[in-house]
Amino acid sequence: MYNLIGAGLIVIGAGIGLGQIGGKAMEGIARQPEATGKIQTNMIIIAALLEGLAFGALFLGK
Amino acid sequence: MKIAQKTIKFFLLFVLALFSAANFAAISEKKQDNQNDGGRVKTKEEVEAYILHHIKDSHDFSLFSYTSDEGERKHVGFPLPIILWTSEGLITFMSSEFHHNDDGHVIVGKSGLKFVKIHSKIYELDEGASKVTFDETHHAKNAHKVLDFSITKSVVGVLLIGLLILFWFSSLAKQYKSKKIPTGFARVLEPLVIYVRDEIARPNIGEKHYRRFTGYLLTVFFFIWLLNLVGLTPLGFNVTGQLAVTTCLAIFTLVIYSVSGTKGYWMHMIWMPGVPVLIRPVLAIIELAGALLIKPFSLLVRLFANISAGHIVVMSLIAIMFTLKESLGVFGATGLSLVLSFFITLIEVLVAFLQAYIFTMLSALFIGMALEDHAEHH
Repeated sequence: MYNLIGAGLIVIGAGIGLGQIGGKAMEGIARQPEATGKIQTNMIIIAALLEGLAFGALFLGK
Repeated sequence: MKIAQKTIKFFLLFVLALFSAANFAAISEKKQDNQNDGGRVKTKEEVEAYILHHIKDSHDFSLFSYTSDEGERKHVGFPLPIILWTSEGLITFMSSEFHHNDDGHVIVGKSGLKFVKIHSKIYELDEGASKVTFDETHHAKNAHKVLDFSITKSVVGVLLIGLLILFWFSSLAKQYKSKKIPTGFARVLEPLVIYVRDEIARPNIGEKHYRRFTGYLLTVFFFIWLLNLVGLTPLGFNVTGQLAVTTCLAIFTLVIYSVSGTKGYWMHMIWMPGVPVLIRPVLAIIELAGALLIKPFSLLVRLFANISAGHIVVMSLIAIMFTLKESLGVFGATGLSLVLSFFITLIEVLVAFLQAYIFTMLSALFIGMALEDHAEHH
C-alpha cells in the first residue's frame, strides 16, 4: 500500500520536473531558434538523467 | 534500379526464410491436462501471468501455441540447447525434453542427475528425490539451482543481432576500399554511422579523442537499437529488457570511462583541489559513489525499465481484447485494442531509437567527462 503511494509521489515529482525541462526548453527555442539543436540535446540529456532517477526510485521502492 | 531490386530480393528472401523456418519448426504435441500454460488466456490474472512470463527469459523459442480440434495443445517453435555445469561436469540436452512444462512435473534424467524446470529456471533434484515438493511460498524444497549456461531466447537474440551487425558493417567497410560511395543497403547505414559520429561522439568527447571511442559508441548504439526493434516484432524477444544484458552494457561503459580517465579526472574525484581540506574526504565519497555506482546504475535501470515498461504496456493493450470482451462486445474490445496498441507501438518505435540514442549519448558524455582537461581551471 505505502509503496504504491510512494510510486505515485515519484511519478508526480518526475512529471513536474519533466514539465519544467520541456517547458523551459520550448521557451528557449522560441527565444533563440538558431540554438534549437543544442537546446534539444541538452534537454534530452537532462530528461534522461531525471528519468533514470525516477526509475531508480520506482525500482527500489517496488 | 538493379541495386534496389537486389535489396528488395534480399528482404523477400529473408522473410520467406523466416516463414519456412517456422513451418519446419518442431511442432510438439501434448495432452492438455498436464500443460501449465493452461490453454487460452482469458481472465485478468491469466493475462498478467502471461505478460510476466513474456518479460522473463525462456529456455525455448516458442512462436505461438494453439488448441487443436481434438483438444490437444500444440506449440510451434524451436527447442534451444540447455547447457548445465553440474557436479557431474558439463551436461547438454535440448529444451524440448521438458515438453514446455514449466512447473517441475517433467523430470529429465541425464548421467544420474535429475533436472526440472520451474518458472524458466533449471533446478537439480536432490539425491533420492523423485518428485519436486514445494513449501508454502512455492519454493522448491528438495531441489537446488545449477549453473546454467544455456542458449536461451535472449542469447539467441544477442547472437542474431551480433551476426547481423557484423555482416552489415563489414560489408559497409569493405565497400569503402573498392569505391568512394557505398551502394545498396550500405547507403542506409552510412548516414546513421555519420550521425553517431558527428552528433554524439564528436561534441561530447571532443575533437582530440573522439576517434578512439567511436567504435564502441557505434557498436552499443546499433546493438541496443536493433534489439529494441526486434523486441517489437511478434518474435517476442525481450533482450534489452533483461537486467543482465543492460548491466553488462553499463559495465562496459563504466570500465571504458574509468580506464581512459585522465589523472586530473581521478584527482578531482579523490582529492578535489581548491576546497577546504576537511570537505575533501566528504566530496571524495560523493564523487566516487557517483562515478562508480550511480552513473552505471542509472544507465542500466533506464534502459531496462523503459523497454520492460513498453513491452508490458503493448501487451496489456493487446489483452484488452480478452479482458473487456464482456463489457464492450467482441468488435468493441478488438477495435479499441487495435487502435490503442497500434499507436502505442508507433511510440515504442520512437522509444526504441531514443533509448539507444540516450544510452550512447550518456556513455559519450561520461567518457568525455573522464577525458576533460582540468588544468586550465586553476
